Amino acid sequence: MEKRTDKNSYTILFAIVMVLIVGIILAYSASALKPKIDENKRLEKQQNILYAMGINQNDEKSVAFIPTNKVADEFSKYIKKQIIIQGDKVTEDDKAYLIDLKKEEAKAKNASYQRRLPLFIGEKDGKTFYIIPMRGKGLWDAIWGYISLDKNLIVQGVYFDHKGETPGLGANIKQRFFMDDFAGEHIVDGTTFKGIAISKSNADPKNEDKLDFEVDAIAGATITGNGLAAMIKKDLGMYMPYLKTIKN
Amino acid sequence: MGLLPKKDAKLITDPLLDNNPITIQVLGICSALAITAELKASIVMAVAVMAVLAIGNVVISLLRNVIPSKIRIIVQLVVVAALVIVVDLILKAFAYELSKTLSVFVGLIITNCIIMGRFEAFALANTPWRSFLDGIGNAAGYGLILIIVGFFRELLGSGTLFGIPVLGDPIEKTGVYAFGYENNGFMLLAPMALITLGIIIWVQRSRNESLIED
Repeated sequence: MEKRTDKNSYTILFAIVMVLIVGIILAYSASALKPKIDENKRLEKQQNILYAMGINQNDEKSVAFIPTNKVADEFSKYIKKQIIIQGDKVTEDDKAYLIDLKKEEAKAKNASYQRRLPLFIGEKDGKTFYIIPMRGKGLWDAIWGYISLDKNLIVQGVYFDHKGETPGLGANIKQRFFMDDFAGEHIVDGTTFKGIAISKSNADPKNEDKLDFEVDAIAGATITGNGLAAMIKKDLGMYMPYLKTIKN
Repeated sequence: MGLLPKKDAKLITDPLLDNNPITIQVLGICSALAITAELKASIVMAVAVMAVLAIGNVVISLLRNVIPSKIRIIVQLVVVAALVIVVDLILKAFAYELSKTLSVFVGLIITNCIIMGRFEAFALANTPWRSFLDGIGNAAGYGLILIIVGFFRELLGSGTLFGIPVLGDPIEKTGVYAFGYENNGFMLLAPMALITLGIIIWVQRSRNESLIED
């Protein structure tokens, strides 16, 4: 005799019930947890921005952010101004850090849309930092980051992160040994914007030459490195018209 | 092991050596190649797979008498995918830092053939408790190989263990680097994971010839 579970009617019924149950569980947990997840992401953005301007709790080797319970206060203390650059128009907006770069990039494909570029101006010990968010493509998925410049357009600090780069290789872009190399690098040669290349052959592993527009690459992570250099070139490039006005 | 009856204990000890999921059953190779450039990543992956495999095995085992055999693979896929996504959401909400560390592993767990392999080969025919032990045992065997491969790849490729330099500083030329030693960048690429794995299989089979197939 045929087993009960082999019947077509049973199979179809089972599939329907299973999909309903799993669907309800997933939909419920996604919508119930969304506010909490969004809040975590918002605080992370603040932590990243502060990190790029050197406000963190780093020790010798590891990356340590301002703790989440303090980050909101620190953020309002150090970030003096948030602006949105849209063509020649510059507006102030204290929610500028929430602008979704991915959506802006998608909208900008429509030629009539003037892309909104958020920029954060921070102040620490009397020094002004200009912090620029960036977003690009790594090997597997998105990479993004923040770069802070002083008024001479010299890099003061960076923070990089990624969605799914290979652990141990491309994922190391968010490690100190890589990010710390960027501090002090120049991005403009006279008045020409150069960006920062990720170089496998710069023969400067200690990164002493800050005027070569290069930092040392990570072994085994060529494509992530190229993606990162392209991201800096493209996203920082969009800010150059504005940044040139601050350079004295 | 005194804690478990002998038959149950074998479920845990067998997959560690003579029935290792990677070297003998040839399951879970892809993730073993992908994420073993670093010891830390290997351990995180091993723990994550252990949690998913143990819980998934129990769920499948509980459902084993009601799952229609025609669509059992799909049912298994749905169970593991739903499980992993819910856990990921909960981590994102309540342990955001941890979820960032795990993010890339989540996709790797769902597609890990070890999960489907054990559901199909064991959980569908055994009781929940035995399936649970089988999940723990196989994930431990999988983790063991990951850790061995990760150890050699990180040590020889980067000269570090858990990110801490153990062979000296390659730039300042201290430690073994003073004698002209260089890190082998090739160890960080996937082909060397395959070769390292091959060496482990070779060692294992030459020590126990009953494992060699004709």
